[in-house]
Amino acid sequence: MNTAAHDSHDHDDHGPVKGIRRWLFSTNHKDIGTMYLIFSLTMFFIGGLMAMVIRSELAIPGLQFVHPEFFNQMTTMHALIMVFGAVMPAFVGLANWMIPLMIGAPDMALPRMNNWSFWILPVAFSILLSTLLMPGGSPAGGWTMYPPLVLQTGNAFPFLIFSVHLMGLSSIMGAINIIVTVINMRAPDMSLLKMPMFVWTWLITAYLLIAVMPVLAGAVTMLLTDQFFGTSFFLAAGGGDPVMFQHIFWFFGHPEVYIMILPAFGVVSEIIPTFARKKLFGHDSMVYAASCIAFLSFIVWAHHMFTVGMPLTGQLFFMFATMLIAVPTGVKIFNWVATMWRGSMTFETPMLFSLAFVFLFTIGGFSGLMLAVAPADVQYHDTYFVVAHFHYVLVPGSVFAIMAGAYYWLPKWTGHMYNETLGKVHFWASAIFVNVTFFPMHFLGLAGMPRRIPDYSTQFADFNTIASIGAIGFGLSQLLFVWVLLTSRKGAKATDRVWEGSHGLEWTVPSPAPYHTFATPPKARIANEAFE
Amino acid sequence: MTRNTILSLLGLALAGTANAEWALNMPKGITDLSLETYNLHMMVFWWCVGIGIVVFGVMVISLIKHRKSNNVSPATFSHSTTAEVIWTAIPVIILILIAVPTAETMVKMEDSRKPDMSIVVTGFQWKWHYKYQDSDVEFYSSLARPSLEARRKQSGIDPFAVENYLLEVDNPVVVPRGAKVRLLFTSNDVIHSWWVKDLAIKKDAIPGIVNEAWFRANESGTYRGQCAELCGKDHGYMPIVVEVVEPAAYTAWVNSHDAEQ
Repeated sequence: MNTAAHDSHDHDDHGPVKGIRRWLFSTNHKDIGTMYLIFSLTMFFIGGLMAMVIRSELAIPGLQFVHPEFFNQMTTMHALIMVFGAVMPAFVGLANWMIPLMIGAPDMALPRMNNWSFWILPVAFSILLSTLLMPGGSPAGGWTMYPPLVLQTGNAFPFLIFSVHLMGLSSIMGAINIIVTVINMRAPDMSLLKMPMFVWTWLITAYLLIAVMPVLAGAVTMLLTDQFFGTSFFLAAGGGDPVMFQHIFWFFGHPEVYIMILPAFGVVSEIIPTFARKKLFGHDSMVYAASCIAFLSFIVWAHHMFTVGMPLTGQLFFMFATMLIAVPTGVKIFNWVATMWRGSMTFETPMLFSLAFVFLFTIGGFSGLMLAVAPADVQYHDTYFVVAHFHYVLVPGSVFAIMAGAYYWLPKWTGHMYNETLGKVHFWASAIFVNVTFFPMHFLGLAGMPRRIPDYSTQFADFNTIASIGAIGFGLSQLLFVWVLLTSRKGAKATDRVWEGSHGLEWTVPSPAPYHTFATPPKARIANEAFE
Repeated sequence: MTRNTILSLLGLALAGTANAEWALNMPKGITDLSLETYNLHMMVFWWCVGIGIVVFGVMVISLIKHRKSNNVSPATFSHSTTAEVIWTAIPVIILILIAVPTAETMVKMEDSRKPDMSIVVTGFQWKWHYKYQDSDVEFYSSLARPSLEARRKQSGIDPFAVENYLLEVDNPVVVPRGAKVRLLFTSNDVIHSWWVKDLAIKKDAIPGIVNEAWFRANESGTYRGQCAELCGKDHGYMPIVVEVVEPAAYTAWVNSHDAEQ
């Protein structure tokens, strides 16, 4: 336990350089992790602001604030920013900070590439956000970028494509780094199956990223050549096929949704055992379940396309494959509940967010199962039912897991306890408003409200008003999170273990974690046994 | 006093919602297949409710009983092969129970053989074009004028004062009750999607591709829908209205249309 603490006082140990160079040229996994997390939070608020524009316009029927073109720009940019700018970088940030600490590595395996993969992101999103100021505005064809519509984008089009290329590049490099680190730099006595669940889910996620990000890059490159270089990959007039884009896009897009949820599974699998004071139930079956989900994600893509006119056999295949995902996902949820069962639980903020995750992600899973049923999907497809579904798995799913992780590891990062009361207020406000926002959307979709429309028939008025009130409440609640982060340095000093039930190598280093940790590999087993 | 105010407000709210004729659930629709779709939807829904009660029930019991403030010491078990086999097998069985009737419905939906009539539906930015293949009837169908005026930004017109706001067209599609109507979908520009929920039909209209769907309406009446695939700035303003009429009225409608042309 003290080896790590001792390392930090070695004579050749050095702290960060001063000033802006520390951040621009950083190769330190902790600094880069911090930058990823701050970047992600910034994007979360920018994307959130766009959501506020959307919900304000939709609060009552009629067009009050924005024109339909701008509304479409907001929905498109909101999605791109939240997916690629908020959720994915947040998990990469957590991975950067925690994976080396959890496996007892001194840093990421490829620190310079780590620096590059982060610094590409602000460039990519500056390009994307700059399109808001261009003639014709930002992309408005939906984050799915379906041709031929996306080809009607104005000056923003090449900037959209280029920024997506950059985001992909960043993700691929981040993923390579994580795989190389996890495979090569674990503590000598940490076998693969002994790895913490967060490391496991990230390893699987990294493989998914490497598999599908190039596919997205290929798809958007074909859009680019269709627009500027006379090709007709997706243009019917030249013998191309617009539906082919959808197949390629969703071959990326479905694994992408698991890229955004598997690390969340990992975070929650770390937190629930800590606060239940009991080992994670079925560690190995959790690993197999995550692997199954990852495999299945490659063969279910066309369930996003039940209305494009596929042959019956194709529809049946994709329906059955999709339903199968419910089995490993169920295993995960049952295992979390079994971890809580006969534990000795306390309810600090990270645990509250994790419990809400299990509850509300399961609701998103239920609507997912409903959507898998192809004939019913014909009715749900492209309605607010789908909007409700994916926001349930992404907001109280991925985002709550990120919040949980942030509260859980914050004392390790800063060396101070955050304000528990404020944390709990933040949790309850988020948990209540997220349901007020997204639950009525199920009803809207079933009653027939299509998604991506700036105005709607009067029969949808009541639920839209409720959803808008919830959205503004949710948005304001997140300011509390920033307040908690900013005031956390005034909190009590954190111990090394921070939580009574914490387990794993990251809790053997001092709080705050020194700039360099594990210069000599630790004994993972000894660290674990000390806490069991 | 306060209590009365609250009660009357509550009454107002209820009356307001009743007037707005909102719905909570998918409609049963007016075709055999839309009813089957509704039944499948409800079947999966009730399975989800059942599973939810069990899973959340166990979780809530655990949250109440197994907390540190009850002075419980944590158990040490961390796996059970029996439990894991059971909770893998049960979902598989439930999925099979869901999959079989679903597949049966899908087979019926795809059987568009021997239609009584066919209509070619073409999507445009931002209106629909209908061409009846068995007669010379063809026309564009766009958002009706009262909605068109009220939809403008800060138009000053209350949407609640417009009948069927955003769901009314100038020329509705007219079809006879009881006939098997085949729809052929394509598009002139970008991808659109033709959706009428009471017919349980949502099919993409894609340039360069002809998709098909069919329905046989059991009830006459007016049924409304909207474009369901983002197709540009006026995506929200290209509704669909289908009028199902008695066969005799349909013949009269076709003849009057022919006379006009």
